[in-house]
Amino acid sequence: MKFVRLRWREVLLPFVGVAVVLVIWWALSLIHGTNLPSPAKTWEASKLYVLHPLTKRGEMDQGVLLLTWNSLRLVAQGYALALVIGVPLGFFLGLSRWFTQSFDPIMQVLRPVSPLAWLPLGLVLFQQSKPAAVFTIAICSMWPTVLNTAVGVRSIPQDYLNVARVLQLTRWQTLIKVLLPATLPYMFTGFRLSLGISWLVIVAAEMLTGAPGIGGFLWQEYNSLIYEHIILCIITIGVVGFLLDRLMSLVENRLKAVTT
Amino acid sequence: MFSPILIDQEPMNPTAPAQPCIELRGVAKGYFTPAGDKVPVLRDLNLTVAEGEFLCIVGYSGAGKTSLISLLAGLTKPDVGEVRVRNELVCGPSLERGVVFQNYSLLPWLTAADNVALAVQKRFPDLSAAQRTARVRHYLELVNLGHAADRRPHQLSGGMRQRVSVARALALDPEILLLDEPLSALDALTRGSLQNEIADIWQRERKTVVLITNDVDEALLLGDRIIPLTPGPNATLGPAFAVPFARPREREALTHDPVARHLRREIFAFLTEASKATADTGELVPLPDVRPFDLERRRIVA
Repeated sequence: MKFVRLRWREVLLPFVGVAVVLVIWWALSLIHGTNLPSPAKTWEASKLYVLHPLTKRGEMDQGVLLLTWNSLRLVAQGYALALVIGVPLGFFLGLSRWFTQSFDPIMQVLRPVSPLAWLPLGLVLFQQSKPAAVFTIAICSMWPTVLNTAVGVRSIPQDYLNVARVLQLTRWQTLIKVLLPATLPYMFTGFRLSLGISWLVIVAAEMLTGAPGIGGFLWQEYNSLIYEHIILCIITIGVVGFLLDRLMSLVENRLKAVTT
Repeated sequence: MFSPILIDQEPMNPTAPAQPCIELRGVAKGYFTPAGDKVPVLRDLNLTVAEGEFLCIVGYSGAGKTSLISLLAGLTKPDVGEVRVRNELVCGPSLERGVVFQNYSLLPWLTAADNVALAVQKRFPDLSAAQRTARVRHYLELVNLGHAADRRPHQLSGGMRQRVSVARALALDPEILLLDEPLSALDALTRGSLQNEIADIWQRERKTVVLITNDVDEALLLGDRIIPLTPGPNATLGPAFAVPFARPREREALTHDPVARHLRREIFAFLTEASKATADTGELVPLPDVRPFDLERRRIVA
């Protein structure tokens, strides 16, 4: 009995939460009348984009899924770049004290720099908005991967390294057969956090560059005074970010089950 | 009701140093605390292990037994003195010396067979895939684990993991086996059956074996000689006790055998004396600052 009741609560309570937020939103829209659209008005204005998510009516005037898809493609490039740079960097940090002492301070300084600060530099360097966005995503999102990989490498039990030594594995064999699998769960924690940051950064990058993605659309609708669409974009960004995170933690848990 | 066990007419191995296999000369080992203080662990180790001998080293936990095995394996270097194997100075691990670690040290992402295959592959790199598989099977069956080849370590019981670890060491086909308390983590029943397996394997393969243990009865059951290690810190080896029983030995008979009882008493007496001597120094010794590694704990650095 108790078990069943608990299940019901788990299903029901999230909807209660959503309902509460909707009510607050609605109340605020009453106070703020002209500027903050009510939930109903938002839905009315967004219907077209949600119900025809794959329709392209113009460069910026696209369904939410198409806009999301555009953003995701950029994210994928930047994120891939972040992993390609971040994983080896993490390994060097984890393996070499010298490397850590040399580069850790500079990384600690670069890590908190906002994407909004990197993007102009990217634009200067690449002269185009797309590579600038990719650059910004990569440099902002790689840090969790770098740091978690380093932590993972450092926390490999001495036992595993002893096994590698007793079996006289070469450096390469040790890397492939021991270090990499032992670090994988940590790396994936880094990957998941990095993906979250990539998704944060893309919105900012698109707003500044006006690229035809979900962030660009948001900025354009702000400029066109269609505030309903700002809310549509916020919700879309949130849902997509949530789904990406779920996806990654699924992979992460599978991996953890295999490697430990 | 019970009679003394037959004493060997001719000892298993002519205990007079037939051919020294492993030699320790004046070895000392310590480590540094993070604060930079030196803590001595082992001192004045002199030891000769004969070719084909089964030597047991008995000591309390914390006496430095694992440090001793690490020295023999070549995983660490002595601060003073030298470790020689067949007259060659040991300067690193070698495939000639198989090690079974106290905590199994299996790679958790590999199946039992793959863990053993790692050793086979290293030792016999030219085997075809089929030959390799056959060899892996052979060693797993040697430790009665043929049925569990495809399971990962976390799906195996402690005893099974330890057997995989033994199989991996044997798969190197080493001339010397170093066993670091391989059975201490096991329940009594499993320990008994693994002891029998180790005795069988030794009788068949006649490797030189150094077994480190905290169990005098285990040493009496398996060893040709028993050498006690005094309690740490700054432990050293005591006198050697020859174990004169014929093989195969019966655990049951050993419990009541007067010679075995005498030996057990002597070894305990030595360890107790040594332990008093250590306690008398009144020296305060800092415990090693080691935290157990928790695999379950996730470290998230955002």
